[in-house]
Amino acid sequence: MNISIDHLARLARLSLSDDEKKLFENQINSILSYVDKLNELDTSNVEPTSHVISLSNVVRDDLPGTSLGREEALMNAPDRTDKFYRVPKIIE
Amino acid sequence: MELYSLGISELSRMLEKGEVSAGDITASVYKRIDAVEDKIKAYVTLTLADALKMAEEADRDITAGNKKILSGIPMAIKDNMCTRGILTTCSSKILKNFVPPYESTVTSKLIESGYVLSGKTNLDEFAMGSSTENSGFHTTRNPWDIKRIPGGSSGGSAAAVAADECIAALGSDTGGSIRQPAALCGVVGLKPTYGRVSRYGLVAFASSLDQIGPITKNVMDSAILMNIISGRDPMDSTSAPIDLPDFASVIGMDIKGMKIGIPEEYFLEGMDPEVEKAVKDAIKTFDSLGAMPVKVSLPHTGYAVAAYYVLATSEASSNLARYDGVKYGFRAEGRDLMDMYMRSRAQGFGAEVKRRIMLGTYTLSSGYYDAYYKKAQQVRTLIKNDFDNAFRNVDLILTPTSPTPAFKMGEKTDDPLQMYLADIFTISVNLAGVPGISIPCGFTSENLPVGLQLIGKHFDEETILKASYAYEQSTEWHKRKPNL
Repeated sequence: MNISIDHLARLARLSLSDDEKKLFENQINSILSYVDKLNELDTSNVEPTSHVISLSNVVRDDLPGTSLGREEALMNAPDRTDKFYRVPKIIE
Repeated sequence: MELYSLGISELSRMLEKGEVSAGDITASVYKRIDAVEDKIKAYVTLTLADALKMAEEADRDITAGNKKILSGIPMAIKDNMCTRGILTTCSSKILKNFVPPYESTVTSKLIESGYVLSGKTNLDEFAMGSSTENSGFHTTRNPWDIKRIPGGSSGGSAAAVAADECIAALGSDTGGSIRQPAALCGVVGLKPTYGRVSRYGLVAFASSLDQIGPITKNVMDSAILMNIISGRDPMDSTSAPIDLPDFASVIGMDIKGMKIGIPEEYFLEGMDPEVEKAVKDAIKTFDSLGAMPVKVSLPHTGYAVAAYYVLATSEASSNLARYDGVKYGFRAEGRDLMDMYMRSRAQGFGAEVKRRIMLGTYTLSSGYYDAYYKKAQQVRTLIKNDFDNAFRNVDLILTPTSPTPAFKMGEKTDDPLQMYLADIFTISVNLAGVPGISIPCGFTSENLPVGLQLIGKHFDEETILKASYAYEQSTEWHKRKPNL
């Protein structure tokens, strides 16, 4: 792995303990060395597959419909005011 | 014969004739749950109050002459499908208290068909695993030997069906999560073609691979459920606009002349000899039914696990970015917003989920995208081409579902790679997007079930079901029950 485990954890938004960092670093390195076997294959002329069925531009008519109500959208919030999700202060 | 031990079609006939009521069936299933659930731990949430209400409604419909296809049939739903007003946890601490404000498309269709929800079943957290040992709550036990795992990630659903704690179940399959537990628990598990069944309301793991399907006591019930859950859904733009066949119409048709491909890459040096023997005996049975076994090659099979773990973890790292402690799910206190995100995710996710998010974040990170993600997508093309080529000459492909029978709890938990290799025979099917089923094909000397996988062409579940039913009816494996 060519990225520091600290940087990777930050990119993944995970605050990890030192033990977890060491364990994951070892395990990820061993999985990546297994994954390296993909390089045995010459894929220079192979198109990548992102999706197995060829659907493109799936659109629907622009018609009004019902959607989730405010109370339903807020009902699982860990913290809220009457109308909003509440989060720790962002702007000083 | 206890009602809980029967399948959908038998119970439907009895309901039709007025021999039993929906209330009787629900009571019987709950009697069974009371007797064995302490041992099996298949469920995360039991929904007795809802079940009784739904059974009452079914009885009203039946009395009024409006019996629906699933009226009064208690089914278990894997706990990664949203059920409105009913806890949906994904077996994760981060969603421990999540009550969905909407219903998934598949369960909406089951409701319209009159089903009774028996409860929500255990899984490896976010469907990441092959044993249910990654559940944030508990490990489900294999009904055939409670020291062993039931397979995963849909281990709760497969164990609930095998232990008769429900009549049928739904699971989801990203790399084998329906088929592998079905094989290890001795039941029928079908992963439909990618795009056949709507994923709306299925908590996303790897969106280009995830697919919902039935886990049942027999092949007929699998066809019945496919008729209900399949079809294009405006709420899922990846569900395919393709006409639906009557999946039950092929049940009972003969399979004379059907060409069944046997890929040499799936019979490996060192595979479990009892699994190999059971599957080879099954090939002979197909031969005696008039099908024609033909050798085929899927030359890139050996690269499937590597490609899968890049693609699945990349998609997972992106999908699981939504768990930020703001709109729903667990929140930890933090110094500031970033600290709150990082602590909520660190405390809410289990080890395997964190490991996969880290791996996926790495393979998608700037500078490594081409080396890992794009490379894996190209290998995915090669694997898909393998199937396209093989299906020019054969109607179906037959393989073992899992290289081993159910393993003991704790046997593979220390080494993630060993656990990943448990899915070696099922992963290619998801990468290619084709449908695959696991059906019982024998037992080991320790009385553990062995499963056989039949893989079909895109959107050709009918041929799979036709062949599966013909095989099932010529064997007795599906009639065996675990001693509990």
